[in-house]
Amino acid sequence: MSGPEILGLSAAAAAAAIADGSLAAGELFELYRGRAASDRAAGDDGLNCFTWVADEGAAGAGGVPVAVKDLFCTKGVPSQSGSRILQGYLPPYTATVVEKLEQAGSGVLAKTNQDEFAMGSSNENSAYGPVRNPWDRGRVPGGSSGGSAAAVAAGLAPWALGTDTGGSIRQPAALCGIVGLKPTYGSLSRYGMIAFASSLDQAGPLTRDVADAALMLGHMIGRDPCDSTSLQMPGPILAPSAESLSGLRLGVPRELTGNGVEQGVLESFRAALATAEQLGAEVRDVELPHAPHALSAYYVLAPAEASSNLARFDGVRYGMRAEDAQDLLEMYTRTRHDGFGPEVKRRIMLGTYALSSGYYDAFYGRAQRVRTKISQDFAAAFEQVDFILTPTAPSVAFKLGEKTGDPLAMYLNDFCTVPMSLAGIPAISIPSGLSGGLPVGLQIAGPAFSENGLLDAAHALELAIGFDSGAARV
Amino acid sequence: MIDRDEVLHVARLARLALAEDEIEPMARELSAVLDHIARIGELDLADVAPTSHVVEVTGGLRADEPRPSLPRSVVLAQAPAVSDEGFLVPSPQA
Repeated sequence: MSGPEILGLSAAAAAAAIADGSLAAGELFELYRGRAASDRAAGDDGLNCFTWVADEGAAGAGGVPVAVKDLFCTKGVPSQSGSRILQGYLPPYTATVVEKLEQAGSGVLAKTNQDEFAMGSSNENSAYGPVRNPWDRGRVPGGSSGGSAAAVAAGLAPWALGTDTGGSIRQPAALCGIVGLKPTYGSLSRYGMIAFASSLDQAGPLTRDVADAALMLGHMIGRDPCDSTSLQMPGPILAPSAESLSGLRLGVPRELTGNGVEQGVLESFRAALATAEQLGAEVRDVELPHAPHALSAYYVLAPAEASSNLARFDGVRYGMRAEDAQDLLEMYTRTRHDGFGPEVKRRIMLGTYALSSGYYDAFYGRAQRVRTKISQDFAAAFEQVDFILTPTAPSVAFKLGEKTGDPLAMYLNDFCTVPMSLAGIPAISIPSGLSGGLPVGLQIAGPAFSENGLLDAAHALELAIGFDSGAARV
Repeated sequence: MIDRDEVLHVARLARLALAEDEIEPMARELSAVLDHIARIGELDLADVAPTSHVVEVTGGLRADEPRPSLPRSVVLAQAPAVSDEGFLVPSPQA
């Protein structure tokens, strides 16, 4: 097979070619390794997708290699979570999901750039520089799994692993024109993921198409004794094959499909709804009355959990330490000042404030109750419909620097994805088309453990929409 | 609104030093976000139970079986400073 032919294969197709002997796993690994290494060597002239790339001659694992978000601990490989405070950190163990991928033949090709500690929606919060969107290098790839999304869209990796806390897989997938799946909370182990907000963090695939997402998800699911919140899914993940949506009821919540969503995104969304009806689905309105409050609840709960999780970065056991501190307290406070970037500091401050005496009930306690209401809204909606459709992000990829001065404007990127995160339910983003030459994402959400049905519905829509996943390949 | 003194108080709780020129922007940015968040105060949530975790996990504990831990040298290898086979830190009271 020629290089361009190999590059044109989806991950599932490459896996099949390896299995039937028409493609050597070593050749596949080296092709992508070379492409990833070129991007890394190009510095500012590249996309800056990677923080580490495997050495030439690395063995791979016999299957389709995977690019892994920096925050997954990978034994002996820099795992820095996009932060200066973990610069050069080499974990002594590997995250469970990465181990499972290796066991399935997917060796680690590279570590991908990300917003620091997964806090961000543009990848501009990385201590290792912003990632550029392969559709337009002057624009952001989304975040926080921006390096993973850009790498897959640009064909620098066959597929990639990311994490999603409030939209960090789905939103960059949307902005880069690829597929991103946030599975049901608990279906994948969090062991070895450098934590942001533990009750929300969930790993998941970023891939060229829906079949690849199903294949990667199937490799990773399962209860893990090292993560007591992980769950056994009710059954295996199947390869999606549906070409029709006949018999499915799809709900459209007006709370997430009107105000705040830009016109071009809405037009693409409405066209996708029309396609769904042509495929036999019944499309109807549903209500998620508390969804407009999800963002507020999220920006209490996630920073609160982050302020606790990030207490471990104190300059004692790993990572950087501020020099010449006069005493222990000064060492802590200066290490954290020098090691964390501005957004991480904001979230730590916000979370500490929300948990502090006198504010706990007004912020943290109320946010937890809003979370209950949001879960109840979804439960009621799923009595009327099988899946819920929204745009993934309120806009297409925006320009680098456009929102860095206004944290709240940046947070509003997560408006459509945060409600599903709070409810712990699965949601997938697939490309619905282009607006002004930039990709638009369609989000499909289902009840907990509905992954097989969700993937089938996404597959039928993907087929009918016919988006060219190779259009931004470099 | 969150003022300068409140920012410094929270920074102390968070063990986070702030430079003089970081205090005012932090107050302004936190205030903007908190103003938005405060909208959840409008909701009637009196009889609503809080959710700390969406998934009910029962019997989540693994068997309590001793396993070898990482070798001391491996754990200490990532530390900024070590002494006598332990983590070395500045004195709490210099």
